[in-house]
Amino acid sequence: MRKLSFLILISGLAFGTTFLSCNKDIEGRTENAPALAPANIDLNAGQWVPVLLTSPTEFPVAAPIATNTPEYIAQVNEIKSWQKDLTSQEKAIVKYWSAGAVLRWNEILRELVAKYNLPPYQNADGTYPFPNPSNPLAYPQFPFANPPYAARAYAYVSAAQYDALVAAWHYKKLYNRLAPYKVDNTVNALVPQTDLPSYPSEDAVVAGAAVEMLKLLFPGDQDFIQQKAEEHMRARLIAGANVRSDIDAGESLGKAVAQKFVTRARGDRAGAAAGNQAIWDKLETDCIARGETPWYSLDSPKRPPMLPLFGKVKPFLFDSLTAISLRPGPPPSVNSQQMRDETEEVYQFIKNPTRERIAIVHFWADGVGTYTPPGHWDAIAAEDFIPQRFSEVRWARNMALLNMALMDAAIVCWETKYYYFNPRPTQLKPEIKTLTGIPNFPAYISGHSTFSGAAATILSHLTPNRASAYDAMAKEASLSRIYGGIHYRSDCEVGLEVGNNVGQFAVQRAMTDGAG
Amino acid sequence: MKKNKSLYRGLLQGMVAFFITLTASAQTDMDAIMMNRNQFCNGFLYNYSSWDHYWEGTLKRNNENLGTVSSQSVMYMANYGITDDLNIMAGIPYVWTKASAGTLHGLNGIQDLSVFAKWRFLKKNTGKHRLSVFGIAGISTPSSDYVADFLPLSIGLHSTNLMVRGMADYQYKRFTVTGSATYVVRSNITIDRSSYYDTELRLTNEVNMPNAAQYQLRTGYRGRYLLAEAHITNWTTLGGFDITRNNMPFPSNRMNATQVGASFKYTLKSHTNLSFLAGGQYTIAGRNMGQSLALNGGAFYAFYFGKQKPKK
Repeated sequence: MRKLSFLILISGLAFGTTFLSCNKDIEGRTENAPALAPANIDLNAGQWVPVLLTSPTEFPVAAPIATNTPEYIAQVNEIKSWQKDLTSQEKAIVKYWSAGAVLRWNEILRELVAKYNLPPYQNADGTYPFPNPSNPLAYPQFPFANPPYAARAYAYVSAAQYDALVAAWHYKKLYNRLAPYKVDNTVNALVPQTDLPSYPSEDAVVAGAAVEMLKLLFPGDQDFIQQKAEEHMRARLIAGANVRSDIDAGESLGKAVAQKFVTRARGDRAGAAAGNQAIWDKLETDCIARGETPWYSLDSPKRPPMLPLFGKVKPFLFDSLTAISLRPGPPPSVNSQQMRDETEEVYQFIKNPTRERIAIVHFWADGVGTYTPPGHWDAIAAEDFIPQRFSEVRWARNMALLNMALMDAAIVCWETKYYYFNPRPTQLKPEIKTLTGIPNFPAYISGHSTFSGAAATILSHLTPNRASAYDAMAKEASLSRIYGGIHYRSDCEVGLEVGNNVGQFAVQRAMTDGAG
Repeated sequence: MKKNKSLYRGLLQGMVAFFITLTASAQTDMDAIMMNRNQFCNGFLYNYSSWDHYWEGTLKRNNENLGTVSSQSVMYMANYGITDDLNIMAGIPYVWTKASAGTLHGLNGIQDLSVFAKWRFLKKNTGKHRLSVFGIAGISTPSSDYVADFLPLSIGLHSTNLMVRGMADYQYKRFTVTGSATYVVRSNITIDRSSYYDTELRLTNEVNMPNAAQYQLRTGYRGRYLLAEAHITNWTTLGGFDITRNNMPFPSNRMNATQVGASFKYTLKSHTNLSFLAGGQYTIAGRNMGQSLALNGGAFYAFYFGKQKPKK
C-alpha cells in the first residue's frame, strides 16, 4: 500500500507539473494582426467627399522640405540612430502600430468606452449624480459612456479621421515626398514598403485627430491618450516609415481637422441630452394623456431615464427632420391582446432559459462595463477589414460610414423611445427575471436591433461577401434581447427595420463619396 | 468500537470560495480525520449561503438591485479508505442561486466535480500527544457547461483547479489543533462574450484566472461520537483586479475572504454506520466577495468492504 501511495503521489505531481507549466497568457484576436500592406494605396483619395470639410485644402499644409536638404538628412539620421539599437519594447510598438492606425485608435476608443461605461451610484437621498465634463475626475467620472454616448464618440472620431486623411491624401499626391526608406536605402523599412508618399504622415494624421477629439470625449484620460499618440508616432519613426517632418505635418493637420468636428460636437445638442426633472415628468404625463402606461425605471432607487433628449442630437447622414420621419409607428398598446401575447412570449423564454439562449444573450449583451453594441459592431467590422488590406484612408472611410450609421441609428432609436415611452416587459409582468441588466430607458424600439440593422446594412455594402453573415448576426443580436427578457418582439423587429433604413443612408453616401 | 472512531471521517469540500461564498465546512479534505482501509462513506450535504452586503473592491456596500443574494446546494460526497493512511474522496454539488431584489434571473446547475487524495505520511504518538502530517492533492473541474460570467448569480467560476495542501494535526487527549495551507492552480476559462474589460480591453473570450491560496486553522474536541471544531479560513486570490465603482463582478476579480465557523459531527451510538453533520461559517473580512453567512447540514452512511485490518 505504501507503493500505491507513492504511485498516486508521483502521478499527482506529474499531472500538477503539466498543469502548472500550461501557458496561461491570453492573446487578443488582433494582438498579432499582420502589418498593414494596403492592396491599393488609393492615391486619388484626396478627391473623395469629406464629411465636414468644404474642401481637402481647407486646412493648408505647407510644402515639405526637400529630401536633399541638411535638415531632411538630419531627420533621416534620427531614424538611423533609433534603428541602430532597437530594444524589444521598441520592436513591440512597431509591430503593434503597424497593424493600422485607424484600427488601433478604434481599439483604444473601445477601451475607453468600456472603462467609462458605468452608471453612477446614487446619492444618499436616492437621487443620482451626473458626471460633469468640466470636472471629469470627480465621481461620477465623466463621461458615462453609455450606448448613445459611445455611438456618438465612435462617429466623431472616425469621421474626423476620415476627413483629415482625405486632406492628407490630397497633399501626399500634391507634394509626392517619398518615404525615408525610399530616399535613403540604408534606412530599414520595419513595416511593409509602400509607394504612397509619406508627407504628411497618415499615422500622425489619425493620431492627431484622435487626440483632439478625445480631449472633448474622454477628458479624464488625457495622459493615457497622449502617451498612446506619442508611442504611435515614435513607432513610425523607428520603423523608418516617416521622418519627423512627416509626423509633425500630419499631427497638425489631424488636430486642425478634428477641431472642426469638436466645434460641431459642442453644438450638436448632445450636451443637453440628459434633460431635467421637468422634462422627465413631462414624458410620463404625455404618455398617460395618450391613454398609455408610461415607462418607469426598474433600477432601485429609480434612476432618471438615460439621455431622453438624445433624439434631438444632430445626425451626420441626414437632417433632424429626416430623423423624425424615420420614427416608426407606435408599439402595440399596453392594453392590447398583442402586447399581452408578446409579454407572454418573453415570459416563456425566460422561465426556463436554455444554455444556448443564455450564451446568445451574453454574447450580444454589451452592457455595463463593455464597449456597447456600437463598439461590438466596430469590433466585428475591424476584424473583417484586417484581411481586406485597406489603405488607411479607406479604413477610415469605412469606419466613418459604419459609425455615422450607428450614431444616427442611436438618434432615431432614442427619438422613438422617448416619443412612445413604453414600458419594459418586467414592468408589465414582474415575474419576468432577466438574463442581463435591464437598460434604463423605454423599450420601443430595441437599441440593439436598431444598431445591428444599421451596421449590417452598411457592412453588407462594404463587404458584400459577408452580407448573409451580417444579416444573421443582426437578427441574432436582436433576438437576444427577447431571450434575455428585456424586449418584446415588436421592439426588435421594428428596431431592425428602422436600423436598416438608417443604414441605407450610409450606403447612399458610400455610393457617392468617390471611393467606389 | 475502535473502528467506529474513524468512521465517516474525511468527507470533502468541493466548492472553492468565490463571489457567492460557498465554502462547505463539513468533515472534509480540510480536516485531519482519516477513514480506515476498505471503509466507504457517502452522503449528502445541504448548504445555504446568503449575503446582502459585499465588498466592491475594498468598499463594503449593499445593492438594492440585488437585495439578498442566496445560493443553495446539495452535494453528494464519498470517501474511501484505500489504506488507513490514504483516502480518496469525491464530491459533486447541484447549486441554485437567487437574488431577492432587482430583476436578475437566478441560475442553477451541476457545478464542479472534485476528487482528492489525502495521504497521512507521518504519525508520531508519544503518550497522550499525537502528531500527524498530511499531503493532500485534489482536482476540481466543471461537470456542466454552466455560466461563469453572470456574477453574483453564477453557480461557479468554471475553472479547473488543482489543489496541493500540506496539513499538520496535533492531538492531546480529545483536544485537537489542525493547520493547513493550500495552493490552488486555476485554469483559464472561456466566457460567452467575445471581449471584456478587466484593467484593459481584452479582445478574446478567454479569461486568465489568477491562482489562489487557502489557509485554515481548526481546533476543538474529537470524541468517539462527537466532533466539534471551530475554524478560521482565509482564501486569497493571488492576482486579479478589483470591481470598479458600481460595476459588475467578474470571474477574475481579486476575491479574498476570511471566514470563521464551526463544524459538528455526531455518530449514532446505536447505529454507528450513520452520522450527521452540521456547520456554519461567517465572512468577517473580504474583497470582491459577498459577506456571507453559510449554514449546512447532512447525513452520511458508511459501508465496510473486505476484511477489516486487524486492530492493534
